[in-house]
Amino acid sequence: MGLTIIEKIVRNNIGKEVHPGEIVTVNVDRVMIHDIFIPFVASKFEEMGFTKIWDADKAVLIYDHLVPASQVDDTRHFRIGNAFVEKYGMKNIHRADGICHQLMTEAGYVKPGDIVFGTDSHTTTYGCVGAFSSGIGYTEMASILGTGTLWIRVPETIKVNITGKLPENVMAKDIILKLIGDLGADGATYKALEFTGDTVENMTVASRMSMSNMAIEAGAKCALFTPDEKTAEYCGIELTDKERDLVGDADAVYCKVINYRAEDFVPVMACPSNVDNVKPVSALVGKEIDQVFIGSCTNGRLEDLMAAAAFLKGKHVAPFVKLIITPASRKIYREAVANGTMAVLAEAGAIITHPSCGLCCGRTGGILTDGETVIATNNRNFLGRMGTSKVNIYLASPKSAAACAVAGKIVVP
Amino acid sequence: MGKIFKFGQDVDTDQIIASQYIIYPTIDEMKVHTFESLDTEFASQVQPGDYVVASENFGCGSSREQAPTVLKALGVKAVVAKSFARIFYRNAINIGLPVIVCKELYDNVNAGDEMALSMQEGVVRVNGKEYECTKLPAYMQGILDQGGLIASLDRE
Repeated sequence: MGLTIIEKIVRNNIGKEVHPGEIVTVNVDRVMIHDIFIPFVASKFEEMGFTKIWDADKAVLIYDHLVPASQVDDTRHFRIGNAFVEKYGMKNIHRADGICHQLMTEAGYVKPGDIVFGTDSHTTTYGCVGAFSSGIGYTEMASILGTGTLWIRVPETIKVNITGKLPENVMAKDIILKLIGDLGADGATYKALEFTGDTVENMTVASRMSMSNMAIEAGAKCALFTPDEKTAEYCGIELTDKERDLVGDADAVYCKVINYRAEDFVPVMACPSNVDNVKPVSALVGKEIDQVFIGSCTNGRLEDLMAAAAFLKGKHVAPFVKLIITPASRKIYREAVANGTMAVLAEAGAIITHPSCGLCCGRTGGILTDGETVIATNNRNFLGRMGTSKVNIYLASPKSAAACAVAGKIVVP
Repeated sequence: MGKIFKFGQDVDTDQIIASQYIIYPTIDEMKVHTFESLDTEFASQVQPGDYVVASENFGCGSSREQAPTVLKALGVKAVVAKSFARIFYRNAINIGLPVIVCKELYDNVNAGDEMALSMQEGVVRVNGKEYECTKLPAYMQGILDQGGLIASLDRE
């Protein structure tokens, strides 16, 4: 019987074939901890009686949610993080380089076939390079830091097959929003998603990243793409048979198979206040807006900023709209400056911020109030996410967001 | 017996404990804000031994372990829902908060009803009726029985 990608990754990790539903203990290749949870990880680690990290080089600490600090107390997290790094001999620390999920792949911490856990639900992102990655809590993170292992239940897999050419105004973000709308917020709970078909084969790694990033919004444990030449170039590796084999076998068992034709996709938005409340943009046209946010680990990459700039070139943001742009990393920021993208965005009236989680986690950079509406390219529109619980958050692609910023209302890009 | 506090479908971790509170240094400072956006009275009214009952996908959203931790700190005896999101589910077991899947309960009870739970029998009893619950896999029940992951690791 054939295997799905997740079954192969777990098999390669523990050295024996596994089946969905089995509970197995895996050896962890890399962990990511971010600033919000480091104080809790540190105190649990010591409460558990550990005195050393199983392999300090495999742990990465990233400051992103609280960068730059917006409250005096935020700096406590940096003090605790810095002390932890020093005490336990960690070398991999990023204090202002960008958002954790962008940095984990961009800085080369994650390779195809790896098993990675992070103290953030959007850790599913690294499936874009064919890694099994998932979010966990701080007690489990402390336990991994001490033991290098974690128990997991081998998940069933939902295969999503997409073929054909996407319409010009549709981005990977529209595909993942449509899928979440179709599956529902719990439609993939405890399950792996596996993306196949020539549409995803033709996508950039950055576009795949937008999709694996949001898999958790359907409850998924992970979201996997088969590593290819683009993955190898992105990760700076040569593909071997081991990576090439990370493809779902023709006779693998899937709990569900979903087929889409790329030509059928249209620009969509997730409407307040659930990510699975997905509607075509054409059904929302005319709704007035106060702010637009283009950024986050979902859509703050160079291709996203360039897509916005292509639309904004020679135009100006509507006078009453604040357009906030947050690149996902310092590297992306530099590249966007170097290729002229930032100049176009600034000319169009954008407010450009430092790379960080910023507005997406509702801490800095454009908090909204009762009755206001924001079109945002990030991953969650939960109640109270970007300010008060009476803010209306619509999730959209960078193309849709840029078009709305100019029009001052919802329009089809 | 404990009182039921009832919540709906897709209750996310931001609703259980909002992100502005999860950086407070202690759980005691956080717990008074539990469910604040849904029910401002919850934290002051819930008593040790009470239950949270919810519909599908309880605890979806972020990985914040503070979500089950504030519920446990307020004395919530168990969360009984039609289904749970996976990170919340793992976190709850790891900190020793029972999370019970029961498909029938939600539609047959009201907020304020008195309920009793028997984990051994895998049943809840409310208003003279019994509802069967899905039992945890043995591995997870083992962690829960020992009071959570830290106690469980100590044994190992």
